[in-house]
Amino acid sequence: MNTTTAGLVFVVVLVGALALSYGPFGDYMYRVYTSKRHLRMERAVYRLVGVDPEADQRWSTYLRSVLAFSVVGVLFLYALLRLQHRLPLSLGFAGMEPGQAFNTAVSFVTNTNWQSYSGESTLGHLAQMAGLAVQNFVSAAVGMSVAIALVRGLTRKRTDQVGNFWVDLTRTCLRILLPVAVVAAVVLIAGGAIQNLHGSRAITTLAGGTQRVTGGPVASQEAIKEFGTNGGGFYNVNSAHPFENPTSWTNWLQIYLLLLIGFSLPRTFGRMVGNTRQGLAIVAVMAGLLIASFAVNAGFQMAHHGTVPSAVGAAAEGTETRFGIPGSAAFASSTTMTSTGAVDSFHDSYTSLGGATLLVNMMLGEIAPGGTGSGLYGMLILAVITVFVAGLMIGRTPEYLGKKIGSREIKFASLYILTTPAVALIGTAAAMARPGERAGMLNAGAHGLSEVLYAFTSAANNNGSAFAGITVNTNWYNTALGIAMLAGRFLPMVFVLGLAGSLARQQPVPISAGTLPTQRPQFAGMLAGVAVIVVALTYFPALALGPLAEGLH
Amino acid sequence: MTVMFSRVPVWIRQHLAALRAILVFTILLGLGYPLLVLAIAQLPGLKDKADGSFVRDARGTVAGSSLIGQSFTDDKGNPITKYFQSRPSAAGGGYDPTATSASNLGPESIVDTLADPNVTDDSGKQSLLTQVCARSVAIGTLEGVDGSRPNCTPGGVGAVLSVFYDQPGYQGAVTRVVSVNEECPAAPFITSFAGVKVECHTFGDDVSAGKLVVVRGDAPATPAVPADAVTASGSGLDPDISPAYARLQVNRVAKARGLDPAVVRALVDDHVHGRAVGFLGEPTVNVLNLNRALERLR
Repeated sequence: MNTTTAGLVFVVVLVGALALSYGPFGDYMYRVYTSKRHLRMERAVYRLVGVDPEADQRWSTYLRSVLAFSVVGVLFLYALLRLQHRLPLSLGFAGMEPGQAFNTAVSFVTNTNWQSYSGESTLGHLAQMAGLAVQNFVSAAVGMSVAIALVRGLTRKRTDQVGNFWVDLTRTCLRILLPVAVVAAVVLIAGGAIQNLHGSRAITTLAGGTQRVTGGPVASQEAIKEFGTNGGGFYNVNSAHPFENPTSWTNWLQIYLLLLIGFSLPRTFGRMVGNTRQGLAIVAVMAGLLIASFAVNAGFQMAHHGTVPSAVGAAAEGTETRFGIPGSAAFASSTTMTSTGAVDSFHDSYTSLGGATLLVNMMLGEIAPGGTGSGLYGMLILAVITVFVAGLMIGRTPEYLGKKIGSREIKFASLYILTTPAVALIGTAAAMARPGERAGMLNAGAHGLSEVLYAFTSAANNNGSAFAGITVNTNWYNTALGIAMLAGRFLPMVFVLGLAGSLARQQPVPISAGTLPTQRPQFAGMLAGVAVIVVALTYFPALALGPLAEGLH
Repeated sequence: MTVMFSRVPVWIRQHLAALRAILVFTILLGLGYPLLVLAIAQLPGLKDKADGSFVRDARGTVAGSSLIGQSFTDDKGNPITKYFQSRPSAAGGGYDPTATSASNLGPESIVDTLADPNVTDDSGKQSLLTQVCARSVAIGTLEGVDGSRPNCTPGGVGAVLSVFYDQPGYQGAVTRVVSVNEECPAAPFITSFAGVKVECHTFGDDVSAGKLVVVRGDAPATPAVPADAVTASGSGLDPDISPAYARLQVNRVAKARGLDPAVVRALVDDHVHGRAVGFLGEPTVNVLNLNRALERLR
C-alpha cells in the first residue's frame, strides 16, 4: 500500500467511525440533557455548590452563571499557577510570571489552550492535574451547556427560561466527559502514553550521553485534551511528543476523540427539536467542509511545493516518522476545524498553501464541527443568517424551526459573526504597528505576517494552535492574546444566550407552503456557501498579504 | 445555607456558588480522575508503559525509553559510526526531553544570517534550506552516497542568488548577482548568471534589494539521502527513522563493527514496523531498539 492510499483509507475509516457513533452517542447526549432524574453523585454536587437543580434560569441568569463560573475559574487557575512552588508535586519549578499566568489561565478557561509556556520546563504535576485538566473538562462543558441552551430556545415556546446552567455543567462533566475520558486514557496507556507522578529520571544513553526522561500524569490529561477539544499539551510539543501520542493508532484515536462530540451534537439537536433530519442537514455541512479541508490540506502537503520542501523531497520538516505526512495533515485539519489546537506536527513548517488551509479552517469560525458545543451554536447562528439571506431573496419573513427571525434575532446573529474577525484583525494590526512585536516573528516577510495573523486568529477563535516560531511569551503578547481569547469566547456567548432567550419567548408559527425547508440538501448547500463567503469577504485581504503572497510568488 | 446567605446580594451569591463549584470539580476531576487512571495504570501489562517504556542495554542497565529518541553522537556532535543514527533534532542540544521543540522554520526559509565578525561567538543563523543541504552533504559523505539535492550547492548550502536589476520592479538589465548563502572568500557555486559574474557574500553587505532566485541545479529529483534524514521532527524526540534511512546506514555500521553487511541488513529488516492495522501512519524503524539489538549481536 502506498502513502496516498494509506492516507485515503485513514480518512475513510475515520469518517466511517464517526458516522457509526453519530446516532448512539448523539442519542445518549440527548438523554443526558433531557432526563428528569439526577444521579446521587450529582445531587451531592448540587448540595455542595448550594444550587437548586429544579430551578430553570432566564437567559440572563444563565449567562451570569456562565460568566461567574468563568471569572472564578480564571482567578483560581491564576492563583494556582502563581503559587505552584508552595504546593506539592511542583518538581521544583517556580511560580509562573504574572503575564504568563494570566494568559495561561484565560487560555484554559476559554477552551483555547494556547501555550505561551513550555509544559516540561514550567509546570509541576499538581498545576497540570488540578489546574489545567480541570478546566479541560469544565470549559468544554460550558461550551456544550450554552449550545444546549440555544437549542432549548429554539424548542421552547412562550417562556423566558432556557435551562439550569449548574445542571447542564455537572451532567456534561460527569455523564459525558468523565466516562469517555477514563476509557480513552487507559487505551492511550496501552499504546504507550505515560501515567505516573515521577519527576524526570536521568539515564545514560546507549552512546554514553545523559538524557533526562520526564514523567507525569500525561494519559489522563491527553484524553480530555482531545475529547474536550482543548488542545493544551502536557509538553511543549503537544501531540507530537511520543509520551502523549506514542503510535500511529493513538494518533488516529486522538483525531477521532477530538471530532466525536462536535459531530454527534447535531444528532442531539435533531432529537431535541423533534426532527432528526434537521440534525442531519447540519452534520452534512460540517462533514462536507471537513472532508474538503482534508483533501485540500493533504493535497498541498503531498505535492510539497516550495523551496525547502522540494529540496527535501517531502513536507517532512516538523513531522514525526510514525505518523507520516497524511496522518499529520489529517490531524492538522481536524485540530483547526475543531477549536482544539493540539498539534502532532508543526504548522509553521507546512508548505505555504498547506499552512494557509489551516488558517482558513480557523477563520471559518470553528463550525465544522467546531469546539465542543461552540461548533454547534456557531453553525446554528450561521443557519439563522442563511434563512435571513434566503428570506431576503424570496421576499418572505425568515423563520428557522418555526421561530421568526426578526430584527432582534438578526442583530444578535450579526454581532456574533462580527466579533471574532474584528478581534483577530484588530489584534494583528496592533501587533504589526508595533516594532517590538514585529521583532517577535521568527521567519521574515510574508511568513512572519502569517505567524502573527495565525496567533490572533487562533486566540480569537479559541483554537490555540500556533505557527509556533513566533515569540509570544512577552507581556504585550500575553496580555493582547489573553484579551483576544476572552473577547472571542464570551462576547459570542452573550449573543448566543440573548438569541436563545428571545427565541424561547416566541410562539412558533405553523409550517406553511412558504416555509423554507431547512432539512433539505438545498439548504445545507446554501449554509455551506454562506459560511465560506462570510470568511472570504472578511479575511481575504489579510490572507493575500500573508500565506497567499508567499505561496504564489 | 440559604438562610446564611439570604442577606448577601445575588451577584455575590452567584460567585460564591461558582467558587464552590470550582472546588468540587477540582477534587473530582483534578484529583479523583487522574488518580483513578493512575490506579488502573498499575495493572500488569500497563504498568511498564505508564512508567515510560524503559528498556535495558546488553549489560542490564536502563538505557532509556524505547519511545524517546536518542543521539548517537560523540561529545563534539559527530556521528558514532558503529551506531545507526537518529534524525536531526531541534530539542535543546538534540534529543533533550526537558526542552522539546520543532525548528518551526518555514518552507521559504532560504537566506542565512551571516556571522558578525565583530561579535565573538556569533555563528550567524542558518536558514532551513541550508540546514537541509548541509545535512544531506554530510550524510552523503558518511554513507558513501551522493548527497546532492535540488536547490542546494555542492558545498551544502542553499543555492540562492540575489539578482540586482538597473530598473525598479526587477526590470531591465542585470547589474549584480550575489550568492547569498556563500560567505567570502568562498567561490560561488556558479561563476556567472545572465552574463554577470556571481559574487560571494560578505557580512554587512545588504542584498535585500535584489530579487531572490533559487537555482535548482542538476541533483536527482529523488535524492539518495531520504527526507527524514535531513529534516528535524516535530517533537525533537522522534524515536524512529524510515526503513530507507536505516538501510542506507547498513554498510557503514557493518564496517565499523566488523560484521557481515547481510547480517546487519537482516537485523534492520527484523526491526521494520509496518503500518499499524495495515494503513495507519508510515513504516518505521526504532533506532534505540535496533542499536540495542546490534550490541547483543556480539
